[in-house]
Formats: sequence, structure tokens, C-alpha cells
Amino acid sequence: MTQPIRQTFEEQLAALQQDVVRMGSLASEAVQRAIQILTERDPEIAREVMDLENQIDALNLAIESRAVELLALQQPMARDLRTIVAVLRIITDIERIGDYSVDTSRQAVTLMEQPLFKPLVDIPRMARLVQSMLHDTLEGFVHRDLKLAMQAVHRDDEVDAAYRSLHDELTQFIQRDPGLTSQAIALLLIGTYLERMADHVTNIGERIWYMETGDLKELHE
Amino acid sequence: MLDTAVMQHAETTAGADHPIKIAIAGLDFFYGRFQALRNVSLNVCERQITAFIGPSGCGKSTFLRALNRMNDVIEGARTQGRVLLDGEDIYAPDVDVVALRRRVGMVFQRPNPFPMSIFDNVAFGPRIHGFARGAELEDLVERSLTRAALWDEVKDILRQSAFSLSGGQQQRLCIARVLAVDPEVVLMDEPCSALDPISTLRIEELMNELKENYTIVIVTHNMQQAARVSHVTGFFLHGELIELGPSAKMFTQPDDKRTEDYITGRFG
Repeated sequence: MTQPIRQTFEEQLAALQQDVVRMGSLASEAVQRAIQILTERDPEIAREVMDLENQIDALNLAIESRAVELLALQQPMARDLRTIVAVLRIITDIERIGDYSVDTSRQAVTLMEQPLFKPLVDIPRMARLVQSMLHDTLEGFVHRDLKLAMQAVHRDDEVDAAYRSLHDELTQFIQRDPGLTSQAIALLLIGTYLERMADHVTNIGERIWYMETGDLKELHE
Repeated sequence: MLDTAVMQHAETTAGADHPIKIAIAGLDFFYGRFQALRNVSLNVCERQITAFIGPSGCGKSTFLRALNRMNDVIEGARTQGRVLLDGEDIYAPDVDVVALRRRVGMVFQRPNPFPMSIFDNVAFGPRIHGFARGAELEDLVERSLTRAALWDEVKDILRQSAFSLSGGQQQRLCIARVLAVDPEVVLMDEPCSALDPISTLRIEELMNELKENYTIVIVTHNMQQAARVSHVTGFFLHGELIELGPSAKMFTQPDDKRTEDYITGRFG
């Protein structure tokens, strides 16, 4: 069995990783709440999204600060070094997911002004996919489960397919009835945000790949 | 002639674009019955800094001393395998060990100035080997002390005893003494362990300059030092060379779990 000599450093590193997971959970909740504005027709939820975003931003800065401190004071090597470098990159991607959640909530609020012209299918599905991808990549990150993280990353293809489907459907609506353009664009923007969020989760997967293997690799198609 | 069979046997290093200065193949070393080195094979490349790390008793200092036959003086010591300096076996019967140690100089863990003046310490080697005198010798002493980052501190006290210097200054004096005989290889056994952080950084900077002209092999307990100064790092454990590779890779992505566990402070 491996016996840690640097117990304090081990604990600091583990705590840092746990905070990354916590940040990811907040981002996941922000995605969920932003979509709930649409599904529950409740613009008040936008405040909660903003509150979550503020927490994400605060954690981003706190984690970055502690990561830099660990680099300076502990001079980590090998996997420990790769973990901290991965943390610094992962929190940037999570922070961007938080930003897109706010963007999504803003578009969702504009859609409250009139009834939706179509039932929501692809958007809630994309949101669930992004949430599950984020959850599983971060589980893979903290438990060193590369397989789980890579399986999650591969679900980006499903998000892309859903986005294409949404795009095609909305284009057809606009062609049939130009009066729907404004609402269709808002929905399409939300789809674009969700598609970008999934790309950021893929970036997180790339960092986990690097952390576990030492290889820098592009996981995007 | 270079012994190609040995060269092929030895593991290559990251310095493939640098010529091989020392080729070590199948090196075993025994202190009586105790085997301190086990079948060590590697190449040290010319004008590069090669660092060896590992826990106490892993054999790294024994390995370093094998490179200029400093282990010969230990009673009951026995060496097997081959160490080729520019292709010539340094353990061949006809090798002049004194000449070998001029070519392969050594800086030890503890400063060991001779009981004589600062000037005479540095001039000692050139005088023994008879390759400088008079003004030429004075120039050589100044140059050596400058290279060892000590000249400014001692230029006005050259006739004082070397023991009047601080520990850190004494160590730099020892480095100057090695450089004065114009070696090809400089072996350093924990050269900065007695130095303060600023002196350590000066020595590291000095090593970086020296590599332009010399092949440097350093043993250090300070992994950050190995990471900072060396091109290639080797990890020893229980007398075996576990892994050798470019330092940038060794400290970010070592191949062997034992290396990983050691450099990240985990052992088991």
C-alpha cells in the first residue's frame, strides 16, 4: 500500500479537488434552474441562477488562489503537479458553464412574454445530458476513474445531435411562419449555449485525461 | 575506439543529439558482500547536466564515485561491468587513476579545502600536473574562482587560509579547485547541501554556464534542484537505476510508479 508522507499536502490537494466538484455541482444546478425558467414558466428562478453564478465565480477565484499557493509552497511533482494544472483549467471551464447558464436564463426570461409555439423536447434533453456529463466527468476526476469520464465526454455527440435536430426544427418553423423568428432565435440561442456547455465538459475530460495519463490530447472531433 | 556493443547495451538518454561522454553498461558494485549497484546501464551525454536522485542508501553516490574510481580506495570494494569514458574503459588495468581524476573531477558533499591559502588551494592541481606557473597560474586561479562565483569575495584575501572562509565559500573554492585542472567531466555529490539558498542558486547558475564546456553529473537529495538544473534525471532505488529520462518528463510524467511515488513523496 502506498503510504502518504506528505499527509498535509495530500489533504490540501484532496480538499481542492472536492471544491472543484462542489463548483461543478453548483454549475449543474445553475443549468437545471435556468431550464426550469422555461419548463415551469417562472422568471423568478433567474435570480437563483444569478446567485449560483456568484457562488461559482467566488469558488473559481478561491480555488485558483489555493492552487497557485500549493504550486508555490509545495512544489508538486508528477501526478500532483498535473492534478493542480488540471484543476486550474477545469475551473475555467466550469466558470464558463456558469456564465452560459446565466445567458440561458436571460433568454428564457424573454420567452416568458408569450406562450411557446412548440413543446420543449430537445432543450431539456440537452440540459439533462450536460448535467450528467458534468457529474460523471467530475466523479471521474475526483475518483480517478478515467473510463467514467471518457464515457461522459462521448455523450457530447448526443448533445450535438440534439442541437442539430433543434436547429433544423426551428429553421423549418421560421420558414413556415416568420412571425416565430424572435422566439425561435431565443430557443436556438439556448440550444447553442447548451451545446457550448457540453464542449466545456469535453475540455474538462481532456484535463482529466492529461491528469491521469500525462498526455495532452484533443477529445473534440 | 568506442565499444559499440557496450553503447548499444546502455540505455540511451534524452540527450540523443549530444555525443555520449560516459557509457555505463552492466555496472555492479559490492561493498564486501553487500551489493550497492545492480546492473546499471546508461549513457551520460557530453555537455549536459545529468542528475541522480533517490533515497539515502539507494546507490546514487556509489554510482557517482564509480565514474572516477573513487570507490577504489574502499577496502573490500569490487566493481563489475564497464564504464567507458570517450569509449575507453576507465577500469582497464593500464589506466592512470590520477589522470582519470583530472579528467573527471569531483565536488563533494562537505567542503574539503586543503590546509593552505585560498590561492594555493586553486593552484594545487595545476602545480601538481605542471601546466601553469607565474602569471599564467595567477590568471588560471582568477578564472577558476570567477567561474565558481567566488572571485569577488576572495580577490583581496587570496593569501588567507581557506579555512577562514564560510562553509558556502569553501564549497565554491572546492569547485574552483576542480575547474582549475580543466576537467572534462565534473561529478557533484550533493554540492549545495551546505550552501545557503542564494549561494545554491549561484552554483546552479554556474552549473548552467559550465555545461557549455563540461559534462556534469550531479547527485542531489533536492529534487527541485535536479528539476531546475538537469537535462536528464535518473532515479535510483536499492542499487538499481529505476528510470532515466528527460528531466521535464521525469518530473511531470514519470513512467515508473516507484519514481512517481518517490518524487511525489509517497512510498510503499
